[in-house]
Amino acid sequence: MITVIELGCANTASVLFALDRLGAEAKLSSDQAEIKGARKVILPGVGAAGFAMSRIHELGLYDIIRGLDVPLMGVCLGQQLLFDRSTEGDVECLGLIPGEVTRIEASRELVVPHMGWNQLEIKTQDPLNAGLKDGDFAYFVHSYVCPANKYTLTTATYGHPFAAMVRKDNVWGCQFHPERSSAAGAQILKNFVEL
Amino acid sequence: MLARRIIPCLDVKDGKVVKGVQFVGHEVLGDAVDLALRYRDEGADELVLYDITASSEGRTVDYNWVRDIARALDIPFCVAGGLRTAEQAVRCLDSGADKVSINSPALERPDLIDELAEMAGSQCVVVGIDSREMDNDYYVHQYSGDPDKIRQAGRRTLDWVVEAQKRGAGEIVLNCMNQDGVRKGYDLKQLKLVRDLLHIPLVASGGAGAPEHFRDAFVEADVSGALAASVFHKKIIAIPDLKQQLKADGISIRL
Repeated sequence: MITVIELGCANTASVLFALDRLGAEAKLSSDQAEIKGARKVILPGVGAAGFAMSRIHELGLYDIIRGLDVPLMGVCLGQQLLFDRSTEGDVECLGLIPGEVTRIEASRELVVPHMGWNQLEIKTQDPLNAGLKDGDFAYFVHSYVCPANKYTLTTATYGHPFAAMVRKDNVWGCQFHPERSSAAGAQILKNFVEL
Repeated sequence: MLARRIIPCLDVKDGKVVKGVQFVGHEVLGDAVDLALRYRDEGADELVLYDITASSEGRTVDYNWVRDIARALDIPFCVAGGLRTAEQAVRCLDSGADKVSINSPALERPDLIDELAEMAGSQCVVVGIDSREMDNDYYVHQYSGDPDKIRQAGRRTLDWVVEAQKRGAGEIVLNCMNQDGVRKGYDLKQLKLVRDLLHIPLVASGGAGAPEHFRDAFVEADVSGALAASVFHKKIIAIPDLKQQLKADGISIRL
């Protein structure tokens, strides 16, 4: 059973549908005890980091998410929330992965949001990116990026290389939307289900 | 490398995909969920599902239908049609849509763009614009889903795209009405003018009839995506062939 954290600001339906397509059991929850006792957790997210972090605090989930020792995966904004802080609203995030999330500087040449299918480059082999290869496409929609550092599993490049997938201990993240990334995305979700 | 997007648009009326020539007179082409799945299989990068009657009839999209599409698809899709409030749009996103596109309601009340961007984030907010060339300039039209209600919105297209971007739109879909349904190619001149004003993605719409029209939109007008309907629905262009050809032309394409 995978527990998908419901913050009230995320597109949770498509994540649940994707897990259902894989035959994985999942449920939505914002309940402290349920999340604390979960076997596996997904932190989805669409919207602004400041609002999502305020929801995490209001729901009393900050220490619970930080204290999880089961597999936790942040998706899209959910990956950004794993880092120390975000310049989006100048907010302190969960601090599970070192680094600061910053805005992609928009120009005529580099339009923002970074929206569409971009190619992945594998930096570190990991159970989460097993079966993926360099050049596979994933679907991205975001205006802020996580820095590539030693916790980066996979990068993509938009202006600069950034962290497309991350891992530190029991915490993983995907900047793109695996639930909307066709075969590559289904592979990643399947890998997470099978961790 | 970020790929240019090929986006079939399903204009939906009463649950069926329809296509009109120059927006007048609709022809039924098939069931929306069936066509959405067919395009997923053929390699569409994204889908737009446009309830073309919604704005002019004063009703809104059926969220169960959005849910059915979201359940079946593993590529992104955008829902358009009659979303009048930020709450409605958020419900649509909660039902599994990746983006919402607003057109006539944004013209009626431009603050809707700001409200939506605030609640859902700019990345979910697409502003659709129906634009027609008149007197050597371009003007926005609204209620284009209904030939009896269509009207000029009293705004210059080049002003409206800048305002929409400033208010928080995350993408512009520019439908060039002079070209729509006639398959003579996208309006490159207009697209280039609009593209130069934007730092958000621009999607070309209206006029695709041959693979080279897509190439021209990507190469000459530098758009992020190209949308088309009838050429795909009527199987005049097969998406796998189109993408192979664009790739051979040196364009970044997802195969």
